[in-house]
Amino acid sequence: MTQHMTQAVPANAGQPLPLAEGVQGIVADWSSDQRAFKNVPWGKAMMWIFLLSDTFIFSSFLISYMTVRMSTTVPWPNPSEVFALTLFGKHIPLILIAIMTFVLISSSGTMAMAVKFGYEKNRKMSFILLLITAALGATFVGMQAFEWSKLIAEGVRPWGNPMGAAQFGSAFFMITGFHGTHVSIGVIFLIIVAVKVIRGDLDHQRPGFLTGRKGNYEIVEIMGLYWHFVDLVWVFIFALFYLW
Amino acid sequence: MAHAEGQQHPIGIYLKIWGLLFVLSTASYLVDYFHFQGYLRWFLIIVFMLLKAGLIVAVFMHMMWERLALMYAIVVPTLLLMVLLGIGALEADYTFFTRGVFFVKGLL
Repeated sequence: MTQHMTQAVPANAGQPLPLAEGVQGIVADWSSDQRAFKNVPWGKAMMWIFLLSDTFIFSSFLISYMTVRMSTTVPWPNPSEVFALTLFGKHIPLILIAIMTFVLISSSGTMAMAVKFGYEKNRKMSFILLLITAALGATFVGMQAFEWSKLIAEGVRPWGNPMGAAQFGSAFFMITGFHGTHVSIGVIFLIIVAVKVIRGDLDHQRPGFLTGRKGNYEIVEIMGLYWHFVDLVWVFIFALFYLW
Repeated sequence: MAHAEGQQHPIGIYLKIWGLLFVLSTASYLVDYFHFQGYLRWFLIIVFMLLKAGLIVAVFMHMMWERLALMYAIVVPTLLLMVLLGIGALEADYTFFTRGVFFVKGLL
């Protein structure tokens, strides 16, 4: 023991101590000085906490939808039929929603790769993938606008519809409207981040227009978290609203 | 210090998960297309939904590579929603029952 203590500077001097893993790691992180979330930039931790709060908002919508749907004595309109389209002379159930699902999942894939190329400082690839993500998001919103117009033309209103239970319209417009708003905001921010990437703002640590904070490739990952969350919410809406 | 914090993973894993999500989405669409009903429909819908959600959070959002302190801080509170779900279901059952009672009375 004493021999070690008298030794000169150890070989790993200046290196941070290894962090504990498992349950011990949780306790150590939460009881430590300065910050609980190690190895995570604060912007990313804050985005996660925002997404947690957003999860509660969307869950409240979906659970209240479940409550009104379970308690109505009037038959619920069949989503499979309501969202069917006739394509090339063939009547296909729920096809519009299926296409929207694939569009949004594809945008999640391109977003994940944009984050990867961003950290590799491959500006061009990251920029292109961010733009494709934004384009797919805009396509999704466009299809949603089409779906809304179609339903409104068929007489669906938040207070009633010709197909069945009145709550169908209020739940539909509330849930898909809130989700569509999230997608639209995401598209705007994707374009802003894409411009920052291609201009080299993140390489040169150029201060942001509003916040004045130094540019950094972490913002691409934080943008990605938001975008994947929008896709995640759609997974639940697709299953619980359209497939139920 | 900030340099060590980025998440970098090979592109292959993203492409594989992307493919899996496509397969799972197709599967959940087919549940409707082939008109599965009852408990089988519910089981398939929920399983595909949770698998897709898990893949997105774990890989696309990099949660599986984060430290447990963050993982638990985000995932555990969402489990509280199960309580709200239970309350909602109980309340809906009761409302449905009362509506049944009063609407039938109105007819008599």
